[in-house]
Amino acid sequence: MLKKNHAEEKPVAKPVAKPVELPAFEKNISDKIVEKFGDKIVVSFVKENRVGINVDKENVHDVAKFIRDELNYDHVESVSGVDYPQDKEIEVVYHIGSYSDPSLASQLIVLATRAVREENPIPGKDATKLPTLRDIFYSVEFHEREVFEMFGVYFTGHPDNRRLLLPEDWADLPPLRKDFAIKGR
Amino acid sequence: MTNEFLPPGLALQKADERIMTLNVGPQHPGSGHMRIIVQIDGDYIVACDPDPGYVHRGEEKMAEYRNYITNIPHLERPVIHDSCNVLYPYVLGVEELLGIEVPERAKYVRVICSELNRCIYTMYWLAIYGIFLGHSTMFMWPAGDRELLIDLMEKISGARVTHAHFVPGGVRNDLPPNFEEVCLRQVNYFEKRIREYAAVFYDNPILISRTQDTGVLSREDAIRLGVTGSVLRASGVDYDLRKKEPYDVYEELDVHSNVMKEGDSYARSKIPWLDMLESCNIIKQALEKMPKSGSVRVKLKPNPKGKGFDSVYKRVESGRGSLGCHIVSDGKVEPYRLKLSVGSFRNLIALPYLLKGEKLGNMPSVYWSLNYWPVEADR
Repeated sequence: MLKKNHAEEKPVAKPVAKPVELPAFEKNISDKIVEKFGDKIVVSFVKENRVGINVDKENVHDVAKFIRDELNYDHVESVSGVDYPQDKEIEVVYHIGSYSDPSLASQLIVLATRAVREENPIPGKDATKLPTLRDIFYSVEFHEREVFEMFGVYFTGHPDNRRLLLPEDWADLPPLRKDFAIKGR
Repeated sequence: MTNEFLPPGLALQKADERIMTLNVGPQHPGSGHMRIIVQIDGDYIVACDPDPGYVHRGEEKMAEYRNYITNIPHLERPVIHDSCNVLYPYVLGVEELLGIEVPERAKYVRVICSELNRCIYTMYWLAIYGIFLGHSTMFMWPAGDRELLIDLMEKISGARVTHAHFVPGGVRNDLPPNFEEVCLRQVNYFEKRIREYAAVFYDNPILISRTQDTGVLSREDAIRLGVTGSVLRASGVDYDLRKKEPYDVYEELDVHSNVMKEGDSYARSKIPWLDMLESCNIIKQALEKMPKSGSVRVKLKPNPKGKGFDSVYKRVESGRGSLGCHIVSDGKVEPYRLKLSVGSFRNLIALPYLLKGEKLGNMPSVYWSLNYWPVEADR
């Protein structure tokens, strides 16, 4: 197991300060979500064509359902994991878009949620768990499988949590965690 | 890891009297660099489980160890034939992070390179598609005609594939002298040439009988599965990022997105060809509107870095559909996290869905019609 000892240097993630002039259409979308969920969510940024929403894992399912049913978003473009060792958290970011509503074609909702990060992970068996969004957005199926193998975030309720890309005999840390270092770098 | 998360090949499977499990690939020529595990009942596929990952290179991990400039050559490796389009969202993202304004001429050069690359990729894909349908002329012709555009890209960047031509702040070098004339001549000939494909390939009984009404993806399912690019547009969803979220100078160009309603393998094989004709149109427009002189690159400071914690998601329309790049920066010279969301990976989800109930013999025609590039999907 490779341990990288300068992982502590990475700074704590802090959302950037809100810009003064917010784009009106995007502001409208974020207002609808704020109106529904109030202080359960944090609007991390509103910029051209992108609305960033941070939500804790208890509410992520409800927020995603609201985004699909009330705001007409219908598919997930990308699911990225981001490891924050200093926060002891792993963030999972969903980029949600819409094909069926032409007015939302250029818009993406960036829905971020965080799972507890274990120092010594046992993928699937430890506390690093999030509720799956696969029952809301079918398109996350392979993306969430990838996040599970690369970060060890187990998605509760996902019907298929097998590995996807890593070799069968992989017995190391989930490789995209920050404490997994490339040899010789 | 415990047994329950093991990939399908290692997990024990229950024997059945009727159902047979077949491993297609990774050495099988019809599967690309991946394995497709199919369960067949007689000649019909009852279940399919794609197993990618044989060409996984860890591009995303590597990107965390290199700075914004040295990331350029390795990030285009997932699809070497479409290298400009793979780099495009990354370059746009870095420009937003660093706050760089790109010169007008560079934007046009980028559009020309990107469209040339789209054609180069599509011709390669078409050639492979042809050989798996048992139509060897369809392999020879696109593979030969592709050389015209490769020569153009070689004139621009010096390399036949893997150009590494896009950099944050513009493009690496200006166009060579007299390029506009040569480009126009080659593209006109190329267009004339691929128009002949309609009669030779798309009206050909071999291609029609192998592809028509196989693997039909309805509009609703295409949206639900979140597929992208030609697969999406073949199912009747008009969604092309060059029109819906125009980047660089696509706003000023007249872009037509091709849509078909059938949703079968035939439509999925025809849309990329229509896109190539559209690309020729875009290249000609761009050559006309491009400023004839001017800078093509903004000089950057050595080791550029972002302004603190920030994240950006940029996407472009590549040869295989929407290609997104999510960059998280922590104010250092390397990206804190870089994620590529690629069209191939997103289209893979349709494969088990489309193959269910299909004949085993139709597997190559459905699989390759998904515009799937295994190396890109694995990253």
